[in-house]
Amino acid sequence: MNIHEYQTKDLLRGYGVSVPDGRVTHNTDNAVTIAEDLGGDRWVVKAQIHAGGRGKGGGVKVASSLDEVRQFTDDMIGMQLVTPQTGTEGRLVQRVLVEQACDIKKEYYLGMVIDRATQRITMIASASGGMNIEEVAKTDPDRVIREAVDPAIGLAGFQCRKIAARIGLRGQKISEAAKLMQALYKCFREQDALLAEINPLAELGDGRLMALDAKMSFDSNSMYRRPMITELRDFDEEDAKEVEATAHGLNYIALDGNVGCIVNGAGLAMATMDSISFHGGKPANFLDVGGGASPEKVGNAFRIVLQDPNVKIILVNIFAGINRCDWIAEGLVQAMRDQDISVPIVVRLAGTNVEKGAPILEASGFPFIMADNLDDASTRVMATLEAAA
Amino acid sequence: MSVFVHKHSRVIIQGFTGQHATFHAEESMQNGTTVVGGVTPGKGGQEHLGLPVFDTVHQAVAETGADVSGIFVPPPFAADAIMEALEAGVGVVVVIADGIPVQDMVRVKRYASDKNAVIIGPNTPGIITPDACKVGIMPSHIYSPGRIGVVSRSGTLNYEAVQQMSELGMGQTTSVGIGGDPVNGTDFVTVLRAFEEDPETEAVIMIGEIGGPQEVDAARWAKQNMSKPVVGFVAGVSAPPGRRMGHAGAIISGEADTANAKMDLMEELGVHVVRNPALIGETAQRVFS
Repeated sequence: MNIHEYQTKDLLRGYGVSVPDGRVTHNTDNAVTIAEDLGGDRWVVKAQIHAGGRGKGGGVKVASSLDEVRQFTDDMIGMQLVTPQTGTEGRLVQRVLVEQACDIKKEYYLGMVIDRATQRITMIASASGGMNIEEVAKTDPDRVIREAVDPAIGLAGFQCRKIAARIGLRGQKISEAAKLMQALYKCFREQDALLAEINPLAELGDGRLMALDAKMSFDSNSMYRRPMITELRDFDEEDAKEVEATAHGLNYIALDGNVGCIVNGAGLAMATMDSISFHGGKPANFLDVGGGASPEKVGNAFRIVLQDPNVKIILVNIFAGINRCDWIAEGLVQAMRDQDISVPIVVRLAGTNVEKGAPILEASGFPFIMADNLDDASTRVMATLEAAA
Repeated sequence: MSVFVHKHSRVIIQGFTGQHATFHAEESMQNGTTVVGGVTPGKGGQEHLGLPVFDTVHQAVAETGADVSGIFVPPPFAADAIMEALEAGVGVVVVIADGIPVQDMVRVKRYASDKNAVIIGPNTPGIITPDACKVGIMPSHIYSPGRIGVVSRSGTLNYEAVQQMSELGMGQTTSVGIGGDPVNGTDFVTVLRAFEEDPETEAVIMIGEIGGPQEVDAARWAKQNMSKPVVGFVAGVSAPPGRRMGHAGAIISGEADTANAKMDLMEELGVHVVRNPALIGETAQRVFS
């Protein structure tokens, strides 16, 4: 689960990380008032969306007057901000963060992830701040420093000082950076984060270290015990169909093809998409109905898949382990009765209670196209699409 | 032989009296698994499925001599249950729960680092040595005893591969689901090593997914250490980058994470890579005969 930059900064500020003074608003007059309150003569106006690379699309601007604050805020609010991470349609900007501009002397990168290789929380730092860290890691791997944290010990002071020294900090700034790293780690641990990035971490003209941009994402499996983070969720930043799917216990991701997919299990769902692609088709979505799929759940899966107007055919591929084919079959028949489904449906059932599932579909009288196995299913999907074309 | 679980394995179920645990414990017993009891805190002293229920794993192990535990407790309590099993000296811990907080697993792995135990999962259908021992939720009837080891991240894709094998008359020594989470108990390398050391296993099918380095690490390990052939598939060729595909681990976060990049590297390292998921069985048959 992702949160906005201003939320991340508020959170980190609470843990003692220095961030610029600033406030968020969704209205132009407020933006000017905020800038006046902050004082100074330069401000940064930053569009708040859940995507990186905002500067490239005009979502981050430095204003040298209150008029510019007004103008930039006006430009940004309501715009579809396109960044390398949003896709071509961009993302609607509803709020901006207005901050005091800082006098930057040098920029660093500081991040924290759960590293799959070490299976531990790992701090990542680089003297090449403000840049794409993956790019730095590729072109100049020596400039990316990693330090894994022993979960039984926590982030040790010496580890922080080691990182600080290796990215080139000296004197008093080593202990200042160490304090900031400890604060970040504490937040990461206590809030069940999966990723934290401070980029850039800036050394200012007056010598202070400050998090100029910050991004965090959190473990959705832990939200039951993190009510404060749960409240920060912004549904406007998420695909409405995906939100609805999650509410029904389904895992749905929209793609740009025309073959709707309803599958159980994430791995088989991906393999089903791959099989369709292998046969020259294009999947319209990823959808995992999960374990224990009730007839209602199957019905909801159909409803969500069919909200996508590009869907011309649906492939249902169920290999039941903890699921049962007869429940799935009942769900399919129920969906056909309840919903106005005009696209052809190819069904492949296997596993637990498969002998009870197929007769239910047959007896229903609906024109399900039955497939024997995965390859057969994709072949029938393509043949049916071709026949209709 | 087989790997990790055998016909002499003595299995307990943690969260024994729950609905899924009950259903699958019964199914396992019908298929030859020796379940010796279970644990549900607060229900110690009762009987369930004709077997004793204990309050703690410690008691269960002392009374029954259990050496394998299947953990069916809900995700918020799973990490504690795993550590309880490890502390009690259980050698193989199978964790079915899907949705354990990642940082809980980070701590569990640290706790496990000085215990001589194997953790299978979490977020796994479990492990099965056909007709001898099943700890998990997979449909037993699609598996049959044979000479091929199967290891996968995904559950249902494991079933898919096994079904394709069965249709061609190939059985399994053991099938292991290592689970779809980014921090998990046992990685591919550990399972490959076990299959390499198992005299009955003649070949291995390894089924991966987008995200993370472990399939390629495993292929690299296999090139240097394995005498047995490995057939490999990685799901998610059609998955877009940056989107989490159901499993917490299935997300493309860098170029090396894509399914094609992984399969290309695996191929270079000598794995017999299958590009079409419908041909896992056929490829295995061709390679192994």
